[in-house]
Amino acid sequence: MKPRYSIVSLARNAFSHHQNWQAAWRSPAPQPEYDVAIVGGGGHGLATAYYLAKNHGVARIAVLEKGWLGGGNTARNTTVVRSNYLWDESAHLYEHSLKLWETLTRELNYNVMFSPRGVLNLAHSPHEMMEMRRRVNAIRLNGIDSEILDVAQVKTFCPILNLDPAARYPIVGASLQRRGGVARHDAVAWGFARAADDRGVDIIQNCEVTGFDIRDGRVAGLETTRGRIGARKVGIVVAGHSSVLAEMAGLRLPIVSRPLQALVSEPLKPILHTTVTSGTVHVYVSQSDKGELVLGAAMDGYQSYAQKGSPPVVEDFLAALVELFPVFSRLKVLRQWAGIVDVCPDASPIIDQTSVEGVYFNGGWGTGGFKATPGSGWVFADTIANDRPHRLAAPFALSRFHSGHLINEHGAAGIAH
Amino acid sequence: MLLISCPWCGPRDESEYSCGGESHIVRPTDPERLSDAEWADYLYMRNNPKGLLYERWVHSRGCRRWFNLVRDTVSHEILAIYRMSEPKPEIESR
Repeated sequence: MKPRYSIVSLARNAFSHHQNWQAAWRSPAPQPEYDVAIVGGGGHGLATAYYLAKNHGVARIAVLEKGWLGGGNTARNTTVVRSNYLWDESAHLYEHSLKLWETLTRELNYNVMFSPRGVLNLAHSPHEMMEMRRRVNAIRLNGIDSEILDVAQVKTFCPILNLDPAARYPIVGASLQRRGGVARHDAVAWGFARAADDRGVDIIQNCEVTGFDIRDGRVAGLETTRGRIGARKVGIVVAGHSSVLAEMAGLRLPIVSRPLQALVSEPLKPILHTTVTSGTVHVYVSQSDKGELVLGAAMDGYQSYAQKGSPPVVEDFLAALVELFPVFSRLKVLRQWAGIVDVCPDASPIIDQTSVEGVYFNGGWGTGGFKATPGSGWVFADTIANDRPHRLAAPFALSRFHSGHLINEHGAAGIAH
Repeated sequence: MLLISCPWCGPRDESEYSCGGESHIVRPTDPERLSDAEWADYLYMRNNPKGLLYERWVHSRGCRRWFNLVRDTVSHEILAIYRMSEPKPEIESR
C-alpha cells in the first residue's frame, strides 16, 4: 500500500522541500502475459483498470499507452461534468458516473478537484424554451436534478450575462443542473493511475499497440512497440483512434474522427462561478481554478486525425462568447488546441463485446466523454470481467445500429461537449 | 483554413464550403433484400482512415454544387478534386 495523501503528509514533505514524494505509480517492464490488457491510458482506460482490480479482483492487468498517461483527450477536454441527458439510457449511465464523481476524490485518495458549480444551459427563443422544459421534465422523471430558470433567476444566478432583450439572440431562460460542474482533468488520470497501480495494475507508457494476435477468432495477445504482450482479454479504449485500433482487430465501426477545438484566456480574478452553455450562439465556458476562461463549441466540419482545427470555428465561438458576455470582449487568448473525437451517428458511445472473442470495445463518446470517465470505467470493467454487457452498458451495444434502437443525443447539450 | 478549388468557381476559403462526409457510398439497388447488418453497413458504417479519405463537399456559400475531393486526414493536404460524374481516381498514399 502506498502512503495516503493527507494534510500531514503535505506538511511533512514541505519540510523536505518536496524532494521526497514517492512516485505515484511504477513504470514496470511489460510481463509476457496478462489476464486483461487495456489499450489506452486515458481516463477511461485507467478507470477501467482500476475497477477491474477493485470490483472484480482481476489479478494481472496492464494498461498500454502509446504516449504518456492522460496525454490525449483527457488532457484536451474542457472538463464539464453533468448528467442532464434526455433519454433514459443516457441519463442512467451519466448519472451513475456523476454519483461516482461526487465521491471520487475520497475513493482514490487523490484530489480530482470536482467542483459541482452548476451547468447552465441558455435558451434564446420561446421554441428553445419549450424544448428545454420538455428536457428538464424528462430528466427529473429519471430522478436527476434539473430546473428551469426564468430571466430574472438567470440574472441572479449569473449577473454578468448579457440579458438585454434587444440582443441579437436574447436570453429568454435557462435550465440548470446544480450538481454538474467541472473537475481537474489531469488529476483524474493521475488519481486513477495511482490507485490502479496500488492494486497491482502495470501501467506501461510509450507502448504503442501495432497489431492484434488473433487465433481462431479469439485474441491471444497484442503486438506492440515494446514487443509481443500476451493477453486473454483486451479492452480497446482509445478516444481519437478507435477506428484505427478496431481495424487492426478486423472490426468495422460507425465512427468518424473529427477535431474539437478549445482555448483558454489569460487568467482573471474569479468572475464566472458556473459553467454556461448556449446551443444557439454556440459556446460553452467555465473559469478554471487558475483563473483562465476555458471555452469551446462544436466540432470542426470534417474528418481529421491532425489535432488541429480551422480558425473560423474559433472565431465563431469567440464571437458567441462576446455576445453572451460583453464584459469579456477585451480578453486575450492564452492558448488554443484541438483534440480528435470519435463520433457515432447518434452521438452516443459504444460499449460492447466484439465479434473477436476476448476483445471488448469502449469508444465513440464524441465530444462528451470526460464526464463519463468513472462510470464508463465501471461498466466497461464489469462487461470485460463477466463477458456480458453491464446493465447500464447494454443499450450502448454496437448491434443498435442493426436493430435501429439508436440513442439520439445530438441535442444533449444543445451544443456538443 | 483549407483552400479548396471548386471545379466551377476556382479556389475559395474552406468557410464557403460544407463537408458531406465519405463519398462513393452507393445506395443498394434492392434494399428489401438486404439483411439488417447489410443495411446498417450502408447507413452507418464509415471509412475513417488515418490517411487518404475520399469525401464529398458542397460549395454551400457559392455555386451550391457538390463535388468530390481526396484529402489526407493527418496533413489535411488535398490530393485531388473531381466532379461527381467523374470516376474515383486511384491515388497512392504518401
